[in-house]
Amino acid sequence: MPGAPSGGRLPSASHPEEMTIRRQRRSQASRRARRRRAGPAVAAAHLLPQAELERIAEQVFRASDADETEVLIEAVTDALTRFANNTIHQNVAEQAVHVSVRTVYDGRTARAATNRTDAESLRRVAAASSALARVQPKHPDLLPMPGPQRYRTVQRFFPATAAATPEDRARAVLQVLRMIERHRQTAAGILATGCSQMALANSRGLFASHQQTRAEFSITVLEPDSSGWQKANTPDLAALDPLALAERASQKAAAARAPRELEPGRYTVVLEPSAALDLLGFLFYDFAGTAVLDQRSCLNERLGKPIFGRNISLWDDVYHPLQTGAPFDGEGIPRQKVLLVDRGVPCNLVYARHTARKMNARPTGHALPLPSELGEAPVNLVWAGGDTSLEAMIASTERGILVTRLWYIREVDPYEKILTGMTRDGTFLIENGRLVCGIRNFRFNQSLIEMLANVEQLGPAVRAAGEESFEMVVPAMKVANFHFTEVTKF
Amino acid sequence: MEQIANWALDTAVARGASYADARVVELRQRELSTKNGQVGTLLESESLGIGIRVIADGAWGFASTDRLARKTVEACAAEAVAIARASALAKKQDVVLAPEQAYVDTWQNPYIKDPFRIPVERQIELLLAADAEMRRVPGVTLAEGSMLFRRIEQFFASTLGSRIHQVKLQSGAGIVATSFADGEIQRRSYPNSFGGQHALAGYELVESFDLVGQAPRIAEEAVALHKAEPCPEGVRTILLDSSQLALQIHESIGHPIELDRVLGQEANFAGMSFLTLDQLNRLQYGSEIVNVVADARLVHGQGLGTFGYDDEGVPAQCTEIIRNGLFTGYLTSRETAAAIGAARSGGTMRAESWNRLPIIRMTNVSLLPGTWKLDELIADTDDGIWMETNHSWSIDDRRHHFQFSTEIAWEIRGGRKVRMLKNPSYSGLTTEFWNSCDAICAREHWTLWGTPNCGKGQPMQTMGTGHGAAPARFRNVRVGIAFSK
Repeated sequence: MPGAPSGGRLPSASHPEEMTIRRQRRSQASRRARRRRAGPAVAAAHLLPQAELERIAEQVFRASDADETEVLIEAVTDALTRFANNTIHQNVAEQAVHVSVRTVYDGRTARAATNRTDAESLRRVAAASSALARVQPKHPDLLPMPGPQRYRTVQRFFPATAAATPEDRARAVLQVLRMIERHRQTAAGILATGCSQMALANSRGLFASHQQTRAEFSITVLEPDSSGWQKANTPDLAALDPLALAERASQKAAAARAPRELEPGRYTVVLEPSAALDLLGFLFYDFAGTAVLDQRSCLNERLGKPIFGRNISLWDDVYHPLQTGAPFDGEGIPRQKVLLVDRGVPCNLVYARHTARKMNARPTGHALPLPSELGEAPVNLVWAGGDTSLEAMIASTERGILVTRLWYIREVDPYEKILTGMTRDGTFLIENGRLVCGIRNFRFNQSLIEMLANVEQLGPAVRAAGEESFEMVVPAMKVANFHFTEVTKF
Repeated sequence: MEQIANWALDTAVARGASYADARVVELRQRELSTKNGQVGTLLESESLGIGIRVIADGAWGFASTDRLARKTVEACAAEAVAIARASALAKKQDVVLAPEQAYVDTWQNPYIKDPFRIPVERQIELLLAADAEMRRVPGVTLAEGSMLFRRIEQFFASTLGSRIHQVKLQSGAGIVATSFADGEIQRRSYPNSFGGQHALAGYELVESFDLVGQAPRIAEEAVALHKAEPCPEGVRTILLDSSQLALQIHESIGHPIELDRVLGQEANFAGMSFLTLDQLNRLQYGSEIVNVVADARLVHGQGLGTFGYDDEGVPAQCTEIIRNGLFTGYLTSRETAAAIGAARSGGTMRAESWNRLPIIRMTNVSLLPGTWKLDELIADTDDGIWMETNHSWSIDDRRHHFQFSTEIAWEIRGGRKVRMLKNPSYSGLTTEFWNSCDAICAREHWTLWGTPNCGKGQPMQTMGTGHGAAPARFRNVRVGIAFSK
């Protein structure tokens, strides 16, 4: 992610070239790591074998007398090393399995879940689902469960990431903290690694499974009157560079010292990808067919109209190389790549099967697990990028604000999509194409619809991580007339 | 449960832990929702597992598992010790805990009707009846209802010798009417927004709401809001209903008094606090009528922050947070209490479930009642705005600057509510705001609200907190800026 201000030049990890280099580096590193460790054998210990997934599904099917039965199995092994005040103060690990069973009786459906996988517990969870389903009113929209499907392969499991140990994480953190201490700064953050697994089976013969790893690093570097922040998330620990992220956060904190207070008002802003992500994340459910049916989407009466700038295009694409997640939805339907916004015009929605039928559309493979009143959601958003570097955005700005991170964003108006929130951990004044100084944090009240009509420049789209939204592929954005309404005390 | 916890403690000690505690937790949950006359979510779930926390080599480690055979529990405890030793690679000093006694006890919150024994079809029937009442009002485009019930059984054991068995039963419900018209979405919720009201109580709580009886009112208000005037922008006197004030307390008092935030432990995510240690017993947090406590005891009420013992075995307590406007106390744990030289933890450590580490969480952080009757307070207000039911909330990461919006407001002129206002919002700085409080309503108007969705920590944990409040009046508050052009 782009980051540290240093005399107007921002070393960027967000360029496609760098991402390519990182991918090459991580595959080399993964190969090295596989040679060094037991590799798949170690990783496999964290996951349920295929035979165990099948045993769980079969036992549930045998225990159920429903017209149709669906089993969703999720397993997770995750560990997180947390540091603050330049020391590790929390360090945790978890291992968990979740089995949920949906039964259907004559148009009635319900779900029950357990985290126990012995035969008796599986029998009980099937019975619990059955008991709930039988007493429901019939659901007029319920469709028969889908049969077997074919899925595209996605490779998002890195054995070395799954095999990372507490010592691996502690040593990486220690390296970061030593660097921070050399800069006479204080840091807080996390380094997490883990793997997860999901399998979906139903009594019509559908079986889908997916496994992936995750690695995440985030850091806040503190000085007495300033701070800087960076975060990255990837399936491959080898692609994560905590030291580089920490260095960038450190530089931001140093550059933001002695912040000035500016008058609130409308400014040109340069939103780094994480800041853009946390705003854009508030739009995702508006693209659900059910949200439009329920008339709670901001796209009601706006589909097909040019409400954003022509430089704004958006897809949902689980197969994008910077995306993660399973290639199937909550019913086991293969996910499709869907163009949601075409050059400023919201043009498509995503649909679960039952929503598609009601809206005379085709299912897109975005259903949430049933039963759900929310229907579906796009969760693999990819925003079109541009070719303007962050440095070029700053250089082309006469007066504006560079925003590293946003915080506590909430929706003030659901139709105009007015969001409020604060800047945080690295907010800078730009004048005459250069970063001048850090500034005290602003509160904003900004319509997303207006914002996406005011985007002047786009950076290359990168996998961005924030705290208000799930990860997406998002570019840095230069936006005119961004509305800061008040300023805080630091 | 005790046997499982003992396997964990024995292994941790054998592996060299100087302290260990284990929580075996069994969670049962029922979630129901309805939308426009149909059942939405319908889920029953159960989860059983163990979380093991240890100190080894002077540093913390935590591991959890849902595989409760002796071998896997012992392996989990060994992993916790290994993690602690890894933590020690980057330690500055050994962890020190404030002293605490050992307790052998059982505790359960009182309730009348077990919600899990109420047939689910009856619960759905109630939601669908309220749904039908909302949709009977022309202009309502979306009617929603939800219920959530949780039973949390926990056995806590520590190497201090504590053996504590607790059962908490939680109930909650709410309804929402939404109206889309003329390019505007308006909504009204009852008894509170974002899932309604929740407490440590049985199904009798849900029955007390009269969801069906209240449904027409909120539906009519949601539709009427389209024709209401927008809330004006300016500096005004505002009156907050008790549910909105509860969230104001949560954000601008509850979070900043968390001592882990003050000490920088949450700096990367939840943030820090303006309440630095030098402010204790010095800062005039609010006006002299502002008195706030953090009270986890049952005597305070059956809030989501009520318990017998916290998740590191410290008994429920009442801590004075603000006395006559003066800042007097933090929320503490055994470790943070020791860090500031306090004799004992305030007992505020809680974990979301067996797979999460206990961290400092609000208990019931409540504004104590004042003396005003509500009608007398309104009659005493010449020019003000009454704001009701939270719509949005946001505050900076040190808890200075906040902005809230509510679902509905009424303008008060000459001591009377004269007209409905839409899109109300207000903003300010925490201590300025609380110092502008000049009237708080009496006990008869006081409600212990439940906030079931407070997020904190990495990995993120969601926790229920309680906030007692009665309607109150604040002077010279900035209003309406959220919708300014």
